[in-house]
Amino acid sequence: MAVLAPSAAGDRLFRSLCLAAVLAMMAVLGGLIGSLLWGGWPALAHFGPGFFTSSTWDPVAGQFGAAGPVAGTLLTAFLALLLALPVALGTAVFLAEICPQAIARWLAIAVELLAGIPSIVYGMWGLFVLAPWFARHVQVPLMAAATPGSWLERMVTGVPNGANICTASLILAVMVLPYIAAILRELLLSVPPAMREAAYGLGCTRSEVVLRIMLPYVRNSAIGAVMLGLGRALGETMAVTFIIGNSHNFPRSLFGAGSTISSTIANEFNEATGDMHVSALIALGLVLFAITFVTIAAARLLLGRDGGPK
Amino acid sequence: MTRAEQIARQGRWLHARRKLANAVFLAGTALATAIALTALALIMQTLVVNGLAGMDLAVFTMSQPVQGMAGGLLNAIIGSLVMCAIGMVIALVIGILAGTWLAEYGDGTRLATVVRFLNDILISAPSILIGLFVYELLVAPFHGFSALAGAVALAILAVPVATRATEDILRLQPYALREAGMALGADRGLVIRAIIWRASRSGLMTGALLSFARISGETAPLIFTSLGNQFVSTRLTQPIAALPTTIFQFGMSGDDNWRRLAWAGALLIALAVLATNVLGRALMRRSNAK
Repeated sequence: MAVLAPSAAGDRLFRSLCLAAVLAMMAVLGGLIGSLLWGGWPALAHFGPGFFTSSTWDPVAGQFGAAGPVAGTLLTAFLALLLALPVALGTAVFLAEICPQAIARWLAIAVELLAGIPSIVYGMWGLFVLAPWFARHVQVPLMAAATPGSWLERMVTGVPNGANICTASLILAVMVLPYIAAILRELLLSVPPAMREAAYGLGCTRSEVVLRIMLPYVRNSAIGAVMLGLGRALGETMAVTFIIGNSHNFPRSLFGAGSTISSTIANEFNEATGDMHVSALIALGLVLFAITFVTIAAARLLLGRDGGPK
Repeated sequence: MTRAEQIARQGRWLHARRKLANAVFLAGTALATAIALTALALIMQTLVVNGLAGMDLAVFTMSQPVQGMAGGLLNAIIGSLVMCAIGMVIALVIGILAGTWLAEYGDGTRLATVVRFLNDILISAPSILIGLFVYELLVAPFHGFSALAGAVALAILAVPVATRATEDILRLQPYALREAGMALGADRGLVIRAIIWRASRSGLMTGALLSFARISGETAPLIFTSLGNQFVSTRLTQPIAALPTTIFQFGMSGDDNWRRLAWAGALLIALAVLATNVLGRALMRRSNAK
């Protein structure tokens, strides 16, 4: 009689195969870090700390300073978050707690689907719709209205074509909005019903229940969700490259052209003029990796660290 | 005024203030939702109007036009399909095996905790960096852009998504299922392959669809791996076109016909991603309902 004996060898083989897949994935992460270090090292070694403090990015002269793109990356991401966060939070609260559930379910699905739309679509919209509109209806009137030499004038000077730091931030904001809103809504829905009901039972208004009970309950995860959005805005390429104007100068005006790390890499990598140029671009990538790694790691550590008052 | 009257007045005032704060709050959230949905509706409207205007049969039957000539996106569509298909095969093999290890074998070990954490970081890592890595790995050493390099870049983006989805789905299977299999004398590997995987089929399919949705619109990692090709090509060692990179190139150009095609391509990609996501959700709902 044939007995299906547990074959220890077969099981071990399958187990090793699974483990190999895990290790391959980790090797990719290691390789990613290694290749960025290896490729970026010549530029980092050549320019030293000056790589981060200089804003001269001149491929012809072989001078590369990353201050412009680095500042542009941080500036656009934070501006985008500043714009997106209140709207995303309001949307999440509305969909989770205020809107009738029959409608909210559909709106929530719409928001989640929009979070998956490829960023190049947002970039196209920014280039062809937002930028011309912004130039005509915001930038030109503001530039005309600002008194020469004033603080406002310095903030709004720039080529009036709508390709600038401000519009890039706007596009980024629209892009991370559904992403953050979808996660925040899920967090709010995860608050135990007993918590909410107890608060309503005490006579709390909806605003009090949301602001004093639900949001504090998911506070850590909510901060994590926002940081995930920030990580996305920091690393985003296509939505920004279309519209930021591609200037490597240190950003001085909100309405001036700028660049981010990812837009610089996307624009120049294939046309890089020499080994040092390539190396400088990879070093930029290393900087981006370090920034996003810290942001996302913090976000992941915060997510799920909740569960009532401690 | 008596003390009682004073307290009653204070109470009424407090009540009015709380009601007002609540009304302002409710209006604020409704306004935020209106702003968000309007912005997103505007984008979708532009996309559909311009995309449909650019759509015709030639989009699917002809390749990239020389500026000023008629043409379509055939080379880009085929290129995208080729790279996504290869990328998905690599990603699913590695992702499902890795997810299986995390859910079935590694659970509770320190390695699993670390891997899970790093995997979650890889999911959100900027895709352009994956492009740089694959460039140094597969493009620079062989002195040439290639479809294979593009496919590997896409695979690297999809693996963490597939791993995560697989782990989450396998964890949903009741432990009694595993015990029943082992009681019949099957070893652990056989239980996983013949019972757990089979029971999770629709869930794994959802994971695959979500990974596909994640990579099909990616542009940044392809710019310096697969580069682009104005002709239809299926040769893996040669540069190959892709919808997203073609949209990028056409959109940035000043040519009206190219821009028209860029919108048509953007609509195609958005529809593909939307359809995949909707399908994935429907499958997920069905498997949950079972």
